[in-house]
Amino acid sequence: VQGPRGGVGGGNDFQWCFSQVKGAIDEDVAEADIISTVEFNCSGELLATGDKGGRVVIFQREQESKNRLLSRGEYNVYSTFQSHEPEFDYLKSLEIEEKINKIRWLPQQNAAHFLLSANDKTIKLWKISERDKRAEGYNLKDEDGRLRDQFRITTLRVPVLMPMDLMVEASPRRIFANAHTYHINSISVNSDYETYLSADDLRINLWHLEITDRSFNIVDIKPANMEELTEVITAAECHPHQCNVFVYSSSKGTIRLCDMRAAALCDRHSKFFEEPEDPSSRSFFSEIISSISDVKFSHSGRYMMTRDYLSVKVWDLNMENRPVETYQVHEYLRSKLCSLYENDCIFDKFECCWNGSDSAIMTGSYNNFFRMFDRNTRRDITLEASRENSKPRAMLKPRKVCTGGKRKKDEISVDSLDFNKKILHTAWHPKENVIAVAATNNLYIFQDKIN
Amino acid sequence: MSGEVQASTEEQQEMQDTVVSPEKAEEVKLKARYPHLGTRPGGSDLLRKRLQKGQKYFDSGDYNMAKAKMKNKQLPTAAAEKTEITGDHIPTPQDLPQRKQSLVASKLAF
Repeated sequence: VQGPRGGVGGGNDFQWCFSQVKGAIDEDVAEADIISTVEFNCSGELLATGDKGGRVVIFQREQESKNRLLSRGEYNVYSTFQSHEPEFDYLKSLEIEEKINKIRWLPQQNAAHFLLSANDKTIKLWKISERDKRAEGYNLKDEDGRLRDQFRITTLRVPVLMPMDLMVEASPRRIFANAHTYHINSISVNSDYETYLSADDLRINLWHLEITDRSFNIVDIKPANMEELTEVITAAECHPHQCNVFVYSSSKGTIRLCDMRAAALCDRHSKFFEEPEDPSSRSFFSEIISSISDVKFSHSGRYMMTRDYLSVKVWDLNMENRPVETYQVHEYLRSKLCSLYENDCIFDKFECCWNGSDSAIMTGSYNNFFRMFDRNTRRDITLEASRENSKPRAMLKPRKVCTGGKRKKDEISVDSLDFNKKILHTAWHPKENVIAVAATNNLYIFQDKIN
Repeated sequence: MSGEVQASTEEQQEMQDTVVSPEKAEEVKLKARYPHLGTRPGGSDLLRKRLQKGQKYFDSGDYNMAKAKMKNKQLPTAAAEKTEITGDHIPTPQDLPQRKQSLVASKLAF
């Protein structure tokens, strides 16, 4: 039941408000501009996006000034760079997209920031560093860089550091290539801050952040005979605290938890999570809609959340036979599966995320709608990312989809939903009620109203 | 006579199913439009198509597998995609479409 005041993610007086929108306004969306991943860094100070054109844009939150009492700091562009380029593998006759599938930040250890970005085949470690000083008064070259005539140098001087306009540089520090025959769907940094995993459709590899010419294969589900292939890996993540534990989800709606202490090759799981299915309700679509598109551990490490086509499920790691919570995202689509199969929407991969305290979860839907569920109050809300509601600090009004019969005012009927406006990627600030929602080529930032 | 009685019970079951499950109703609709749709729901065909994403041209492994399949059975053919050219010709570097590098900055950065 939705009250008029929303109330999801915080107390009863909680309200989501528009904060910012980034990206072009024009209707014609260039394919390269479609945002393919969104991720806050560990402190929430930085927000990174990756797009289909292989570019990364990083936003930084401005320092909160005392004048702006009614809103939190805004996110402004900090750095942007071309992470991946399109490639063609001539040996396999395979086109490799430059689209950034995932970005994951490393925890900050010094002044520089590090992130991993991955396309279908290659993972890169990027260092983003600030430069606000430069040396002047070199001996061997002029101020404009030209080499000085050696015979003209008669004295020796010590270069002096002078302040300069802030420059943010992104440089690729490591390139982790040639380890994936299939398409990478996930990367996850381990809690040991030394290793990370990368997963493709059939294999998962463990890397050391310093070593690029070698990686360990820890999961391999490729059958000897490809005709016997029945499921693929859809997502994988490292446990937030236990560096020996990771999970991976499958296209059959199952999750396997593995312990790297048990064996070098974790083909045998430690735990197997699957919800029993009612055999009488099985249909052609059952397996397709049960395919898990995202898996995320809670910050506490006690729970994990999975997203399949119609729902989000929260699992207790101590209970394998069914989820502890199930939330319907857009159940009204169950009677539209035929057309969703025909237009391929049934294969859309929605992500999901937790808020900082694990009390709420968020996931996207169609028509630029996104959904939030409060785990404590069991309240849910549907909101829309739209430029129509983009005045600064404008409160977001809950949206409702009408499933049958009479459509009330302000409701939208299922048949009017725009299935081209999909919200696949969302991110929640690790500590505050600030969310980033990617709507095709636009990035929306919403925050709670400060009371 | 008994055959007719059996058929009507099946029809009744199907009607019951569509009333009970919207999902099954959608399945009936889909099967009506695509009668040759694979009997294994969401099975290998879909998965293999997913794994082959990005595959542009013919290669020898593909050819051998296809040859082996032709010997055993006739598979239902999926609608031929215009962009896939398999088995028609051997590609040369001149045939391959030029991939333009993204020199334009992201519009998010403005």
